[in-house]
Amino acid sequence: MKRFLQLIAAAAFALAAFGASAQNLEVNTPAVNALKKSLADRHGQLAGHYGSGAVGIGGDGMLVLRDANAVPLPQRGAVTGLVSAENNDRAALYREIAKANGKPEWEGEIKNTFAQRWISNAQGGWFVQNAQGAWVKK
Amino acid sequence: MLAAVSGAALVATGCVTINIYFPAAAVEKAADKIIEEVYQLKKGAEAAKPAVPAAPADKK
Repeated sequence: MKRFLQLIAAAAFALAAFGASAQNLEVNTPAVNALKKSLADRHGQLAGHYGSGAVGIGGDGMLVLRDANAVPLPQRGAVTGLVSAENNDRAALYREIAKANGKPEWEGEIKNTFAQRWISNAQGGWFVQNAQGAWVKK
Repeated sequence: MLAAVSGAALVATGCVTINIYFPAAAVEKAADKIIEEVYQLKKGAEAAKPAVPAAPADKK
């Protein structure tokens, strides 16, 4: 019986230690860093389109080409490509962070958390989608 | 003895609950850090911005 108690105590201690370590999120892996760089590099090309209102941040944190008319016709294809590449990178980022922490099931919640932060950190003049799905200018 | 066993079991269960709980605050913090890097909202860039409109204001 004593051994059983020791076993439980050891298990509780191990779980407590593991629980505490889970609060430190691992985001420093080669895959995550590569995605961060890709997103930062693309931002320079997207910034003008946020400002013009052509591109907005959807309620799910993904980019939307919300006003194609704000983009000169010859550039429209390129902007569509930028939005699509950006959204692929964002989805990959959430997947890689979840994976880096051994919790692939966190992907959806990571996406939701990022969605709020992309919108919250958006600069003045950018369009973001509110909880009702309406576009609002920050 | 039974109380001790059930107490230990309770502690273990509590820890399991903590462990599977999504670390929202940690993810939020990490998200802000990554997004600031992507948006290039670094303090150096922010500090440089007000310096531009401040110059003509001084001349008035």
